[in-house]
Amino acid sequence: MDIFIQQIINGLVLGSIYALVALGYTMVYGIMGLINFAHGEVVMIGAMVALTVINLLLGSGLPGVVMALIGLAAAVPVCMATGFAIERIAYRPLRNAPKLAPLITAIGVSIVLQNVAMLVWGRNYHAFPPILPSVDFEVFEATITGVQVAIIAIAALMMIGLTLLVQRTRLGRAMRATAENPSIAQLMGVDTNRIISLTFVIGSSLAAVAGFMVSANYSIAHYYMGFILGLKAFTAAVLGGIGNLAGAMLGGILLGLIESLGAGYIGDLTGGFLGSHYQDVFAFFVLILVLVFRPSGLVGEKVAERA
Amino acid sequence: MLEVTGLRVAYGGIQAVRGINFHVAEGEMVALIGANGAGKTSTLKALARLLNAAGGSVRFRGEEISKLAPHALVSAGIALVPEGRGVFPRMSIVENLQMGAYCRSDKDAIAADIEHIFGLFPRLKERARQMAGTMSGGEQQMLALGRALMSRPKMLLLDEPSMGLAPIMVQKIFEVIRTVASEGMTVLLVEQNAKLALETSQRGYVMESGEITLTGDAADLLSDPKVRAAYLGE
Repeated sequence: MDIFIQQIINGLVLGSIYALVALGYTMVYGIMGLINFAHGEVVMIGAMVALTVINLLLGSGLPGVVMALIGLAAAVPVCMATGFAIERIAYRPLRNAPKLAPLITAIGVSIVLQNVAMLVWGRNYHAFPPILPSVDFEVFEATITGVQVAIIAIAALMMIGLTLLVQRTRLGRAMRATAENPSIAQLMGVDTNRIISLTFVIGSSLAAVAGFMVSANYSIAHYYMGFILGLKAFTAAVLGGIGNLAGAMLGGILLGLIESLGAGYIGDLTGGFLGSHYQDVFAFFVLILVLVFRPSGLVGEKVAERA
Repeated sequence: MLEVTGLRVAYGGIQAVRGINFHVAEGEMVALIGANGAGKTSTLKALARLLNAAGGSVRFRGEEISKLAPHALVSAGIALVPEGRGVFPRMSIVENLQMGAYCRSDKDAIAADIEHIFGLFPRLKERARQMAGTMSGGEQQMLALGRALMSRPKMLLLDEPSMGLAPIMVQKIFEVIRTVASEGMTVLLVEQNAKLALETSQRGYVMESGEITLTGDAADLLSDPKVRAAYLGE
């Protein structure tokens, strides 16, 4: 039982991170029908920038939490700028090109960013210094760390904030209008290019926070970390129904739970033949199942469009 | 108010609009009629900057607007009700109307204008929170017209407002168009239903294969034997 609860906790933490990253995929897809495969790299850049800044601050004598927050505060604008630049340089010139062109470009951008990161930060793993207070809480015989509590809480706040932004504000309406029909949105006076830029910027800020969370929770960052994380978050977005914000959140949390429970029990279920390092299998198994049986995702259904 | 000279629109090598001239005076309602494929919608799309014109000039209240960004047109004072209505199907009626007022920041006046639109089309009020995509074609046309009015335009461009609607709906829509026009709105009305369009407008232009072939007072055009033969089925 304690293992089950523990895996649920781990799954929620992992799922919160997936959800934040998946939102970036789903927002961009919703608004321009593009799968931005470079999004995982933005997460990686967020982790790397935060770590770099924190390492620079290590001797400063500041409290650990303050250092972490400064690191995060540095990562967010860098990622926003990266997201903005990716759209401007790589995707905007291809706005009217056949769909395949921006997709291939996205993979290209992903490779370029990985290699730039490798040149800047090297090939080695970077450790997240133990600056955050280690507080553990006991929940039904399982343990949840203070960092994990913070991750779940911050992710929840950001998801609520994004939902309110999209559903309740003028900017959110413009984003939804652009997603539904860009030319009609222009007729209403919406500068759709600006809305698309903003979508990338908002998605990238979520990615920055997610990157920081990953490195803080697993104490590690690496120039290659964005690739697999990006693919999994993309899977989460597809699971929920790509283009749908609530779907991305649900898909992220579910995928985190599936992975965590799968990794926790795969050893027992296969009599020790497969171990928890097969964790990654679950995400892609889920992706295949969704694509075969419910390509529109769990909540990705269309409102009937009559007349 | 609107002065179009030598407007040309081309798709690839095919010329859809071949250098047309027309104008709409302030407070006037003008019909642009013609058969399917005559170039009417292309003309409107070029005016609304949804298409790049291949040449010619479009002046609105003395200013050249043919090079404006598409989203700048609303602020200039032009609202287009597009062919096929183009409501946002997954947004509510109220949200669609709010989108019409996107360029305005006067919150109280926007709320008052929404009530005004509800007054014109009580049907919309009944369904205020419903998704626009679930409404009938006629209701969507009401919404599209109401949404265009929400920007408080100086000129309305209407693209085939009667298309695909039941006669009773057409009547209702045109009733509102007449009301709006009688309150001083400048209107350019593009219609395949030539009789209806000419009965509603003061002047008309007849378009054929990308050219304007006939123009005059709506009443004269209605009694013109050529128009009667070609567009009124007589």
